[in-house]
Amino acid sequence: MKILATYNIKGGVGKTSTAVNIGHLAARDDLRVLLWDLDPQGAASFLLRVRPRVKGGGKALIKGRRELDAAIKGTDFDRLDLLPADFTYRNLDLILDSTKKPTERLDRLLRPLADEYDLIVLDCPPSISLLSESVLHAADILLVPLIPTTLSVRTLDQLSEFIAGFDGHKPKVLAFCSMIDRRKRLHREIAEQLPEERTDVARTVIPALSLIERMSVERAPVTAFAPRSAAARQYVALWEEVAKLGL
Amino acid sequence: MVESFPHDFVLACEGRPPADVVRAALAPRFTVAPDGRPRTLRLTWLDTFDWRLHQAGLVLEHSVGSRVSDYTLTSNDGEQITASARGVRWPALACALPPGPLRARLQPVTDVRALMPTARATATVRQLRVLNADDKTVAWLTVTDMSLAGQDASQLPPRLSLTAVRGYQAQTSRIARCLAAAPGVTPAAASPLDDLLAATGRHPGDYSSKIDVKLTAEMPARCALEEVLLRLLDTLEANVPGTIKDIDTEFLHDLRVAVRRTRSAVKLCGDVLPAGVPEAFSGEFKWLGDVTTPIRDLDVYLLGYGGMAAGLLAATPAELEPFHDHLVQRRKVEQRELVRALRSRRFLDLTRTWRKELAAPAPRRGITAAALAADRIDRAHRKVLKRGAAITPDSPPESLHDLRKRCKELRYLLEFFASLYDPAIHQQAVRDLKGLQDCLGEYQDCQVQQHEIRMFAAQMMTEQDVPATALLAMGELASKIARRERRARREFAGRFADFASPASQHRFRALTSGAGR
Repeated sequence: MKILATYNIKGGVGKTSTAVNIGHLAARDDLRVLLWDLDPQGAASFLLRVRPRVKGGGKALIKGRRELDAAIKGTDFDRLDLLPADFTYRNLDLILDSTKKPTERLDRLLRPLADEYDLIVLDCPPSISLLSESVLHAADILLVPLIPTTLSVRTLDQLSEFIAGFDGHKPKVLAFCSMIDRRKRLHREIAEQLPEERTDVARTVIPALSLIERMSVERAPVTAFAPRSAAARQYVALWEEVAKLGL
Repeated sequence: MVESFPHDFVLACEGRPPADVVRAALAPRFTVAPDGRPRTLRLTWLDTFDWRLHQAGLVLEHSVGSRVSDYTLTSNDGEQITASARGVRWPALACALPPGPLRARLQPVTDVRALMPTARATATVRQLRVLNADDKTVAWLTVTDMSLAGQDASQLPPRLSLTAVRGYQAQTSRIARCLAAAPGVTPAAASPLDDLLAATGRHPGDYSSKIDVKLTAEMPARCALEEVLLRLLDTLEANVPGTIKDIDTEFLHDLRVAVRRTRSAVKLCGDVLPAGVPEAFSGEFKWLGDVTTPIRDLDVYLLGYGGMAAGLLAATPAELEPFHDHLVQRRKVEQRELVRALRSRRFLDLTRTWRKELAAPAPRRGITAAALAADRIDRAHRKVLKRGAAITPDSPPESLHDLRKRCKELRYLLEFFASLYDPAIHQQAVRDLKGLQDCLGEYQDCQVQQHEIRMFAAQMMTEQDVPATALLAMGELASKIARRERRARREFAGRFADFASPASQHRFRALTSGAGR
C-alpha cells in the first residue's frame, strides 16, 4: 500500500481536484483506493456526494482502526472509497498533539489498511501545522500543485528542505504546475522551464479549465463525467507520471 | 450494530418492467437509475457429484458474457471470492482453475472430486443504482431474469438482489424494508440455484453414498432388506455414467462400495429373500466387483503418488516417473476394460433383473427388521471377537485379512440398520469398530501394494526399457510400504484390545438386545 498526499501550504491551487481525479484514475486502473478528505471544508466529500460528517468526529478517528473502518463510505465509483471530512477536523492539530508521537500517528493509523487498499490519497487542508507534518511523515509521495509564480517555487524549495531534514522515511516529492492560465506569459514561461530545470516537477501541467471548475456542479471527477476532455487527458498524463514513482 | 435485512427478492411484475416495480416501491425517499446496458450471461453452477461445496455452505457460479468469464464463490456467511478464468472445460478437478484465492479455497473442500455443472441457465442482468436525496448511490440492485437452458423462461420469475454501498448499511436496510412491504416484491425463500434445481425436479444434496433409508423396527425383515438393497442399486447406477466418463476416481469408488455392500447384504441376510435369489445374483455381483478391482488398485497408487514421491530419501521424484507413466498406461488399459464391462449386456441385465427382483411385492410376514438386525449384528460381532482373539504375533497375514473382511461385514450391517438405533449408541459402536478397521485396512493395503509393486516392476521390465534408477526408486517405495505394514501389524493388538474392551462389548450388547433403539 502506498500513501499519496496532495499538499500545498496555499489554498485554491487545485489540491482537491487533483486528489479526486487521481483517486478516480487509480481506481479505474484496478487499484483499491481510499481518499481521506482531511480538509474541514469538505470539498472532496462534496464532489463525491458524501455528506461531510464522521460519527465521533476527528477525535474518534485518530483513536483507532475500528472507528476509521466505520467511517469509510463507498463512492459511486468501483474501488474508490472515501473517508469523509468533518468540521471537527479543524481541531486535528490539537487532537494529534494529545497523542504520543503525534507526527507518527497518521502513519500508524493508516498502515493497517494495507490489506484493504492499494493506495491512500490524503487531501490536505492548506496549512503548515502538526497535521501537515504528520501527513508528510506518513506519505510515500507528495503531489504538490504549484501556481507558476516565483513565490510558489520558493515555497517548494522550503518544503523540500524541510523533508530533507527528516530522519528515516522521506516522501518522494512531485510538484506540477496547476491552474495554468495560457494567456499569462509568466505562467507559460515557468510551466515550460520548471520541468526542464528540476527533476521534482512533472512535465504534465493542469490548465485552468472551466470543465475542472464544473466538477462542483456535476459532483464527480472530470475523468468520470468528461473522460475524453482535455482536462481529463491532462489528469491521465499526471497520473501516469505519478504511477511511475512506484505505485 | 448493523441491522440484518433480506438481500434477495422475487418480483411478480405482471407485465410491468422490473425497474418500474422497484421505482414504485422506493419512491419518494429514493430514486432509481439504470447503470449501463442489460447484459446477457450464461450461468453455470458447479459442485462435486456428492455436493461437497453445498455441504460446506458454498455456492460456485460461473458466468460467461461477451467479455467476462467469471467465477464467484459465495459462502453462507457472505464471504465472496471471485476470479476470472477462460477455457476450463468442466467437469474437471479444482486444480484446472488458475492459481489464486479461489482455487486455494476450493481445493481442500473438493479434494479428489471433480467440479461438474449442477445447473445451467441464461440470464439477462440489469444493474440499477438506488440514489438518495444527494443523488449519491447508496445501494445497488441487480435484476436477473433467468431461464433454464432449453426450458420455458416463465418458470422462473425475475429476482432482485440488493447490495449495500459501504457505509450506507442503514439506508440499505430501509430500502430492504420498503421493498419487502411493496406489492409484487417478496423476499426470496430459496437461492437461484435452489429454484433452478427445483424446476428440474432436483435439490442440492440429492446424491449421497450413505445408506439413508428409514427403516422401522416392526417392518418385515425382507422389506427392510429390499429397501437397503434398492438404495444400494440406486447408488451403483448413479455412479455408472461418471465411471464410464472417468470424471474422477470417486465414481468408481462409490460404485465399488455399493457392490461390496450389496454382496455383504445378500451373504449375511439373503435368507430372508425368496429362495434361490441370493444364489442367482451373488456370482454376478462378484463378477462386477472383480472387474472394478484392478483400476481401483491403480487409483489408490496414483492418488497417493505425490506423497510417495515426495517422501523418497535416496531416490528423486524424477527417477520414479517411469513408474508413474507405467501406472497411467495400465490405468488406460484397465479403464477400457471397465467401460466395456459396464456397457455389456451382462451388466445391464444384472441391474435390470436385480431391480425387478427387489421391486416384487413381499409378503408382510416373517421376522421383523429389528430381529434380523439384532441377530446378524450379534453374530457378526461375535465372529470378529472370536477370530480377533485367536490372532497372535505369529499368525499369518491371511488371518488378519480374514478378520478385516469380517469387520467390514459388521460395519456394513451397522450401516444398513442404522435407522433402527439410537444415533448416539450407534455412532459410538461404529467408532469402536473403525479404530480396528483403520489398522487392518492399512495392513492389508500395504500387503497388496507390496505385491503389486513387484508385479509392476516385472511388467515394466518386460514391456519397456526401464531405467535402473526407476527400479531402485520403486525398491525404496517398497521398503517404505514394508515399514508401514510392520507398524500396522504392531498396532493391531492394542486396537483389537480396545474393540474387545468391556465398554465396547456393552455398547454392542445394547444394540443387539434392543436397549439401543
